[in-house]
Amino acid sequence: MFETFDAVFLARLQFAFTVSFHFLFPAFTIGLASYLAVLNALWLTTKQERFLNLFRYWVKIFALAFAMGVVSGIVMSYQFGTNWSVFSDKAGPVIGAPMAYEVLSAFFLEAGFLGIMLFGRDRVGPGLHMAATAMVAVGTFISAFWILSVNSWMHTPAGFSIDPETGQFLPEDFWQIIFNPSFPYRLMHTVTAAYLTTAFIVGGVGAWHLLRHRRRGEIATGESRTMFSMAMWMAAIVAPVQIFLGDLHGLNTLEHQPVKVMAMEGHYESHPEGAPLYLFGWPNDETQTLDYAVGIPKLSSLILKHDLNAPLDGLDTVPDEDQPPVFIVFWSFRIMVMIGFAMLGLGLWSLAARAKGRLYDWPMLHRAAVLMGPSGLVAVLAGWVTTEVGRQPFTVYGLLRTADSAAPLAAPAVGASLMAFIIVYFAVFGAGTWYILRLMGHEPSPAEPRLKDVTTGPTHAAGRSPVPNAPKEE
Amino acid sequence: MPLAEGISFDLTVIWAFLIAFSVLVYVVLDGFDLGLGMLFALEPRRKDRDVMMNSVAPVWDGNETWLVLGGGGLFAAFPLAYALILPAVYAPVIAMLLALIFRGVAFEFRWRTERWKPLWDVAFISGSALAALSQGIILGALLQGIEIDKPARAYAGGWWDWLTPFTLAVGLGVMAGYMLLGACWLVLKTTGELQNRMRRWAMVFAPLTVGFIALVSLWTPFLQEGYYSRWFTGWGWGLAAVVAALTAAAFFGLLTRLRMASAELSPFLLALALFILCFGGLGVSMFPYIVPTEVTIWEAAAPEKSQLFMLVGAGILIPIILAYTAFAYWVFRGKIDADSGYH
Ligand code: HDD
Ligand code: HEM
Ligand code: HEM
Repeated sequence: MFETFDAVFLARLQFAFTVSFHFLFPAFTIGLASYLAVLNALWLTTKQERFLNLFRYWVKIFALAFAMGVVSGIVMSYQFGTNWSVFSDKAGPVIGAPMAYEVLSAFFLEAGFLGIMLFGRDRVGPGLHMAATAMVAVGTFISAFWILSVNSWMHTPAGFSIDPETGQFLPEDFWQIIFNPSFPYRLMHTVTAAYLTTAFIVGGVGAWHLLRHRRRGEIATGESRTMFSMAMWMAAIVAPVQIFLGDLHGLNTLEHQPVKVMAMEGHYESHPEGAPLYLFGWPNDETQTLDYAVGIPKLSSLILKHDLNAPLDGLDTVPDEDQPPVFIVFWSFRIMVMIGFAMLGLGLWSLAARAKGRLYDWPMLHRAAVLMGPSGLVAVLAGWVTTEVGRQPFTVYGLLRTADSAAPLAAPAVGASLMAFIIVYFAVFGAGTWYILRLMGHEPSPAEPRLKDVTTGPTHAAGRSPVPNAPKEE
Repeated sequence: MPLAEGISFDLTVIWAFLIAFSVLVYVVLDGFDLGLGMLFALEPRRKDRDVMMNSVAPVWDGNETWLVLGGGGLFAAFPLAYALILPAVYAPVIAMLLALIFRGVAFEFRWRTERWKPLWDVAFISGSALAALSQGIILGALLQGIEIDKPARAYAGGWWDWLTPFTLAVGLGVMAGYMLLGACWLVLKTTGELQNRMRRWAMVFAPLTVGFIALVSLWTPFLQEGYYSRWFTGWGWGLAAVVAALTAAAFFGLLTRLRMASAELSPFLLALALFILCFGGLGVSMFPYIVPTEVTIWEAAAPEKSQLFMLVGAGILIPIILAYTAFAYWVFRGKIDADSGYH
């Protein structure tokens, strides 16, 4: 599969690279938008300053992450045409419509209310500002809804027919197309993943400041404690939910894409009398064996079929040219699952700490939380790699091969653009990440400056005020 | 198309107009904010740059979303056209996307660093300029024609085909036009010295823009036989004369209004009028082709079912979008005062 650097392979690399980068931002902003809406609502209802300060703190980070999400997203929407034109021509009649709905119902909503959320608190009053903040959060969810529907259709196509003349997929029933079999699972699992990702980032930042104060023998601000506590509640409640949803999702995949599950499980061989759950191993596509395998007998059959002795087919039942690359799928899946359980562990630990009254006073817990800060992002990428690589060698599962989806481009053209993307993304998003980390390095304070005040020099105390003599703004 | 096609005839034409509409809205809205980015190069004072950027900070994301709708709409309603055009203009599209990254992040990044602020200003300027140039080149490449293999439903040209004197002329024209729009927008949003300088820049870019419009308009009919016969035979002559007269009227109106200190909104509206006229002219040249002169909108159209399903959503959502976009502009109406925040 990976012998040559042909145009298709380069186009795949380019797609994987750009979409992975893109997804890092929504994975964070979907959760953060909701968190900001909650903080703002808490401020309006309780009038406790710490919620307002936390809002002001996180909204600056949100603005940066969101901007990066937008510009990397625009790249994605054109990439279908530039690099996957055959796919676009064939699948456009089916998935074009849901994608257009995404633009109409989500992107405009986010963009339209973002300005008011960021700069408008004193221009429109608290009620409308709250509404705008909520709209942005709703917009991020609607966006996930449509794009995941599209993506799920590529995994479990439904509600279509095929035009014998042009080879295009034609829509028969849009309800079936949108609510295709894997969509509900994928939507729940991914949105929950975004919430967890955000919770661990927020918790990691909180824990970092708790630790710093401890080292200096001071007491952390109420803001730092509050955000750490809120994040740990999320971890404790949502991590088990996520594992449950992941299990449901896997069962659904077994039903519709059994080959992907074989790769995830490392099942090269069929197991007529109950399949083992391989914990570790070295998948070898050449010999079609899982070398150095460590497994628990029959457990896989128990998980997947709820029966110790249920037979499970292996990749030996699948022609070579229809198999996904097992190594990547096997390991990315394990990374995601390990992180899932680590998240659960941290959630439980925080509950124990709460029970003992040591939530803000347990350095080991805080160190673990800092360490786990970025784990959601890793899990999310690992999950997507599992899903997408497991779908190979097809773009539309079972129907349209990846090799037949690409645009008629020359390898040098795709190679050059890939290089350009890599350089620009690392430079630009690297700088953005640095700015985010720097903001996170400051502790949220009881006098947290507003977005427009947060500038680095005296010359523009005017900051971002977009209006004349504007009253105080967020 | 025979009327027997009934509903599909209407839907396809409606979608062609909807996509043209979103491209027009994009050109107008993001046009002034890309133009403003290029004007950064001519206004080196930090305070002025702050004011300029603040005049679009709350709305730029919404402006750019129309580009996503244009692209997404094309993908959904005319998938074949999307699949033919984008590979043909591969390099300029990638350049545009990268340029939009630089200028998009500059909105946030330049407030986050003192030391590197000049760097993000450069990113903002060059990103805006490259995006504008690429958009013009893409338009030019579409107009001059794209080599396709029709039975294979694929682009058949090389990957430098988009680079010709004509496409470069269109690219430069779009740059000039965007700067005109940007300058007129700033006449509306600023006061004092900055506003005066913007009036002067608009006086520079207005003749440049119109010059490019004239050049491209005269060049286009000679690119393809179809364009020529459309403009210079029969009633085409009349149409050409009317469009030219309207353009001249808008141009002289613009020059007069720019000289009046009291005129703040009208220069912007007249600059818009120039763009709308060009756009109309383009429509006359191209319709009903979507890939001139190879593929018509009906050949490229998605099935009726797809178009109908989307039309329901577009019919409901576009008016709502226009309403809240207008609301957002209204919330941030008025002048940007350079000194705000200093007291
Ligand atoms: C709307 C559709 C869509 C969405 C939401 C995603 N993908 Fe995807 N992905 C594709 C549509 C797609 C595709 C167009 O179908 C590709 C291009 C080539 C291919 O085989 O499928 C693809 C390929 C692809 C590959 C290459 C697989 C291979 O060829 O070995 C990777 C690693 C990813 N994607 C990763 C991701 C990640 C990390 C995503 C997280 C956001 C993601 N995808 C979302
Ligand atoms: C190939 C797939 C994808 C495409 C074509 C795509 C397209 C886009 C585009 C064009 C934007 C910018 C919108 C604007 O102008 O405001 C964007 C932003 C966004 N996308 Fe994606 N996207 C993809 C994958 C995803 C996935 C998988 C998710 C979530 C599950 C997602 C969620 C978002 C969100 C929430 C935003 C708003 C910006 C942000 O929060 O960072 N996208 N996307
Ligand atoms: C132990 C717990 C988990 C299990 C059993 C699990 C299960 C799965 C499975 C089976 C898939 C592949 C679906 C397919 O084949 O299409 C998947 C994908 C994915 N996982 Fe997990 N997962 C777990 C934890 C997590 C965690 C903690 C995160 C992130 C915070 C996460 C994020 C994702 C994402 C983003 C995808 C890709 C989207 C999708 O197909 O749903 N998962 N997961």
